[in-house]
Amino acid sequence: MPAAYKFFAEFAQTWGLLYFVAVFLAVLIYALAPSRKDRFDAASRMPLQED
Amino acid sequence: MTFGELGSTLAFAALAFLSVIIAAKAHTPEYAFHAYLFAAASAAATFTIINRYYDRPAALPPLTINGKPNYNMGPVKIATIASVVWGIAGFTIGLLIALQLAFPALNLDTAWLSFGRMRPLHTSAVIFAFGGNVLIASSFYVVQRTCRARMVGDIAPWFVVLGYNFFIVIAGTGYLLGITQGKEYAEPEWYADLWLTVVWVAYFLVFLGTVIRRKEPHIYVANWFYLAFILTIAVLHLGNNASIPVSIFSPKSYIVWAGVQDAMVQWWYGHNAVGFFLTAGFLAIMYYFIPKRAERPVYSYRLSIIHFWALIFMYIWAGPHHLHYTALPDWAQTLGMVFSVMLWMPSWGGMINGLMTLSGAWDKLRTDPVLRLMVVSVAFYGMATFEGPLMSVKAVNSLSHYTDWTIGHVHSGALGWVGYVSFGAIYCLVPWLWNKKELYSLKAVSWHFWISTLGIVLYITSMWVAGILQGLMWRAYTSLGFLEYSFIETVEAMHPFYIIRALGGALFVAGSLIMAWNVWKTIVSAEAVEEEPSVRLKSVLMAAE
Repeated sequence: MPAAYKFFAEFAQTWGLLYFVAVFLAVLIYALAPSRKDRFDAASRMPLQED
Repeated sequence: MTFGELGSTLAFAALAFLSVIIAAKAHTPEYAFHAYLFAAASAAATFTIINRYYDRPAALPPLTINGKPNYNMGPVKIATIASVVWGIAGFTIGLLIALQLAFPALNLDTAWLSFGRMRPLHTSAVIFAFGGNVLIASSFYVVQRTCRARMVGDIAPWFVVLGYNFFIVIAGTGYLLGITQGKEYAEPEWYADLWLTVVWVAYFLVFLGTVIRRKEPHIYVANWFYLAFILTIAVLHLGNNASIPVSIFSPKSYIVWAGVQDAMVQWWYGHNAVGFFLTAGFLAIMYYFIPKRAERPVYSYRLSIIHFWALIFMYIWAGPHHLHYTALPDWAQTLGMVFSVMLWMPSWGGMINGLMTLSGAWDKLRTDPVLRLMVVSVAFYGMATFEGPLMSVKAVNSLSHYTDWTIGHVHSGALGWVGYVSFGAIYCLVPWLWNKKELYSLKAVSWHFWISTLGIVLYITSMWVAGILQGLMWRAYTSLGFLEYSFIETVEAMHPFYIIRALGGALFVAGSLIMAWNVWKTIVSAEAVEEEPSVRLKSVLMAAE
């Protein structure tokens, strides 16, 4: 049991951390990429559109 | 009959029979009472669905009329009214228990009105009954409007709204009768939890189905926040209520987690009830209703995406800060503290995004009290999410924990942020849903705003002073190393602050009564929006068919 705990704790503290950082970087790239400017400008007006 | 009608009729009929059997063999009269409530509600549901089938036209309502989406707003209206009614009930019970703390005789020497039963009644009524109905109403409204699609399901949306409110009735009457599993914000026992699980899965499916049916290619950010709220609450609810009933005929159950693990799971649940119910859900309201009311686009849509993901990533780890200096391992406490401090960034990013959405429309704060409510709510969000991480720091927590400072902090978030953004959403939704030009009285909204704001200020300032005083008195030692104050002396010192707090609560209740009156007058007598003649003619023709 302590061995399993050690394994999971080390896995979470290394690969888990890297995984989260990678996913968050992907989010930053998705949100900040200049190519999506028009799409996000349009999305920011979505509540204002009437049917 | 559709598959849904047939299936739900049979399911409710079966539940009615099962409930009667459980009521007959129940171990306690309180549980039998709940079983009878289940039986009555299931029987009523069975007959309502059958009657509705005979009364309705053969074809289900069309998805679009003249190319425009045919929104399903009936369930939204019911949830909106329910939120106003539960809000007044929850705030009033809060006022009662505030007065009980100042004048203990007000429990009238009955078990039913004792603080221990009224306190969960208050917290559940304001968070789950008031807040929950605001979230259900606004989410069903926003998802339809931003997806430009009619809500999925025929019976399902009604089941979500009515089933959720039935859960509230079971939970609330349970507390009064003394049924509780003793977990903060998760007091309802196993059978109520099971019922809520079914309702919540239906909620998730209706919401997700509507998103999938959308005509807009992009999923608006508010819908992301709503989805995260619904999904995470489902996971938290299942994890924290993993309990085994003593018998199907008993209300009592035992949780599978033991000792400190149970405490950890409880506060993983408890803090994320704050993070995903009281924050993510209401941020969705902010991201739809503030731009809509201010008639301005979201200040930075990119920031809203980063806000969303950062919040989701971090909140889930912050729970251990409720267990500082306990049996929880030290590293877990530190982890909770670090993530809480990091939460400053997404919280303030979101607050700035909400406030700056007013750029170019700041003048509206002078003329539109509804917008003022929502903007002040975002300011309170900023204040409460500044204070929260501060209190999660161990050194600060050693002073603040178990004192009234915590109560003050919670209420600056609950009254200021959640309360005000909900009032703003209700004031927007009522004219939209009942096709009125504007609210019956904007002046009354202004009165509501100023009276409640004065109430909140009295509440949080008195609790800050009380909490810090209490914390300092508890840790005061004499030169000989003895505690300087007995516990009852610290209780006595709180008395004036408890009276000020109750006064603040009374003002907040008064404000909510003004809102209820205004909502009622808007529905029955405000000026209707003039429809285009062609639209009116067509709807008359459709009704005649």
